Amino acid sequence: MKRLLILSTALSAGLAFAANADVTVMSWGGAYGAAQTEAHVKPWSEKTGNKAVMIDNENPATPIKAMVEAGNVTVDVASVEYADAIRLCDEGVLEPIDAAALPAGADGTAAADDFLPGAVTDCGVSTDIWANVFAYDSSKFTGEKPSKVADFFDLEKFPGKRGLKKGAKAVLELALMADGVAPADVYTVLGTPEGVDRAFAKLDTIKKDVVWWEAGAQAPQLLADGEVAMTTAYNGRIFAAAIEEGKPFEIVWDGQIYENEMYVVPKGAPNKDLAMDFIKYATSTEGLRAQAQNISYGPSRKSAMKEELLYKDGKTVMAPHLPTAPENMTNSLLTSSDFWVDKNSELNERFNAWLAAN
Amino acid sequence: MADATAVPPMSPALLTTADGRPLKAALQAAQARARRRAFLLVAPLLLFVVLTFIVPIGQMLHRSVYHDGLSSNAPKIAAWFAATPAGTPPDEAAWAALAEDFKAMKANKTAGEAGTRVNYTLPETRSLFTKTARGADKLAPPWHEAFVAIDPKWDDLAVWQAMRGASTAYTTDFYLIATDRTRDAAGNVEQVAENQRIYLWLFGKTFFLSGMITVICLALAFPVAHLLATLPARKANLLMILVLLPFWTSLLVRTTSWMVLLQGQGVVNDLLVRGGLIGDESRLAMMYNQTGTIIVMTHVLLPFMILPLYSVMRVIPPSYARAARSLGATSWTTFRRIYLPQTLPGIGAGALLVFILAVGYYITPALVGGADGQLISNLIQFHMANSNWSLAAALAAMLLAGVLVLYWLYDRLIGIDNLKLG
Repeated sequence: MKRLLILSTALSAGLAFAANADVTVMSWGGAYGAAQTEAHVKPWSEKTGNKAVMIDNENPATPIKAMVEAGNVTVDVASVEYADAIRLCDEGVLEPIDAAALPAGADGTAAADDFLPGAVTDCGVSTDIWANVFAYDSSKFTGEKPSKVADFFDLEKFPGKRGLKKGAKAVLELALMADGVAPADVYTVLGTPEGVDRAFAKLDTIKKDVVWWEAGAQAPQLLADGEVAMTTAYNGRIFAAAIEEGKPFEIVWDGQIYENEMYVVPKGAPNKDLAMDFIKYATSTEGLRAQAQNISYGPSRKSAMKEELLYKDGKTVMAPHLPTAPENMTNSLLTSSDFWVDKNSELNERFNAWLAAN
Repeated sequence: MADATAVPPMSPALLTTADGRPLKAALQAAQARARRRAFLLVAPLLLFVVLTFIVPIGQMLHRSVYHDGLSSNAPKIAAWFAATPAGTPPDEAAWAALAEDFKAMKANKTAGEAGTRVNYTLPETRSLFTKTARGADKLAPPWHEAFVAIDPKWDDLAVWQAMRGASTAYTTDFYLIATDRTRDAAGNVEQVAENQRIYLWLFGKTFFLSGMITVICLALAFPVAHLLATLPARKANLLMILVLLPFWTSLLVRTTSWMVLLQGQGVVNDLLVRGGLIGDESRLAMMYNQTGTIIVMTHVLLPFMILPLYSVMRVIPPSYARAARSLGATSWTTFRRIYLPQTLPGIGAGALLVFILAVGYYITPALVGGADGQLISNLIQFHMANSNWSLAAALAAMLLAGVLVLYWLYDRLIGIDNLKLG
């Protein structure tokens, strides 16, 4: 019976991607996948002569467990969220990473000192740092503009609908920070039942005016359609809409919630050694700089920010648009993946019950 | 072929074939051959159905009651749980068994896997497990104090209760969670706190909304199907294309088109405001809520109601209705007593199709549902994405059971052999 199951799952998984390549990289598609293709996949192929291809997935973390359990892993490298990298590593479906083998920075700093804290874990290496921020349409506010995280919840001073991601993660933290909790204390407070109540009480104040979004692309779309006056979003999406499409969108960095995105190798990857070589290249100073030139997510090595970074259009200076820029980090929170791996189900049940109650 | 002398003597009454075999046996042999051939013909389909349908459903049902994350990685403590009755507080033997398991889990890097299983029933135990495993090498007797020194949470009986629940591979824990229930520290089943209850309510809402969408679809599809069935062929074909065109269009395209039409700053609201029917301040909220879910799902599922109805209505002879009218029935009576009963197989098929599809829908509610328009499948998807497959399987199994009960009811009330799909 079990063999049969595995066979049937493997059959369908195998047919899906019959890619004939030395290294298959799975990422999120869209502007993000394109940036990784330009910055990592193509240069690595040219440099080493190995064939590498990029495939898209709605969430690359989702199929990994199924592939590993079916014994038919067709992907060598996947780009997954930090919490997923921790969780999948816990579940034993990822190859361990040899941190000592990562190359030193371009300026000679040893990898261990060059990477930002938390950027290298047992099973993953950070490819960039992205942030949950909130953004507004500057043409909608003629007088004072929103500048603080509390402004997101201030319907009197800044009237209009609010866009929020439908889910507990990053929303509860935002509510607590807007309620005056210092970033350093957010997870301590959220770890108590009173803290969770406090976050939901803050959300109650704007509940009637919230438009909930699910997919990353919806947030800038809601802003562009005038459906909301402000919305939380992934900072890269707002940057793309503002720079590429010339939309009058402004990001408020106060209260940003940032986290690492990780490259991981599924256990049993067909070309494990080449995959590790790809990760070494992609997370080198050169690879990280190249990615930040294609999308506004911050490089996770200090050495990558030593010299000025320009966007691929050749004129936009990237530093002020990156979550890792010092001026953007004055009031910021690093997502606690440990907290979310532990409490994701519980808090989402609470969140969904809260949503459903009118 | 057969040697004539080898054929046993037969009574003249027994019919035989030309080569002397009894006709009955020859016929049976021929039929068996035909049956084998027929079976070989359907064998690929049978294999396909078994591999892609029966096996995955069996696997899903199995997963909803099976998770060996703790029992396979921490066999010593699992054995202690098996040997002691529920509610036994941990003794020194239990702590020693746990310490041994933790040392093994540290060596095999499986503490996260075991902790994840316990975390399903009691949040924050996963990090308790990984933290304890990190310090496992330093564990030494007295065991109890050693564990509490790593984390005082080890003294919490709820942790031990959750571990007891997880210590056997076969478990009802996931069905408990899926019905908004939990076990207290003593092992008794109780409801979770009111602000955590979501699944049963969402099941009810999913079935209610699906029923409502089915009724709306029927009300909209009935006249259209009737028109299609009675118009001259050329006009009917044109109309049919209008029905089928959306059917062939991508689901996502249709859903996003509705967003453009119905959102606050959308086409419909703009027209209403420009026409002076509503003020700019009081734009209608038709999207990102339950209304949006109902409108879009009705549109998406409408062809599944129109097509079976059409196929049934097309073959209803118009002479029956004419005969009824000529015998003095009013048009209402004719419809109620002559036409409607003849369309019942189509209504049954369409309603069943639409209802079952609606119950499992998740893309549309995810995109347009907003706060109050999401369905149980959105939560199943959430748990799939977070690799809590067992809970997702338990929820899906309950959904399947609900649909089967309704199917059974349908069979009792209307009769499944009355179904006509096309």
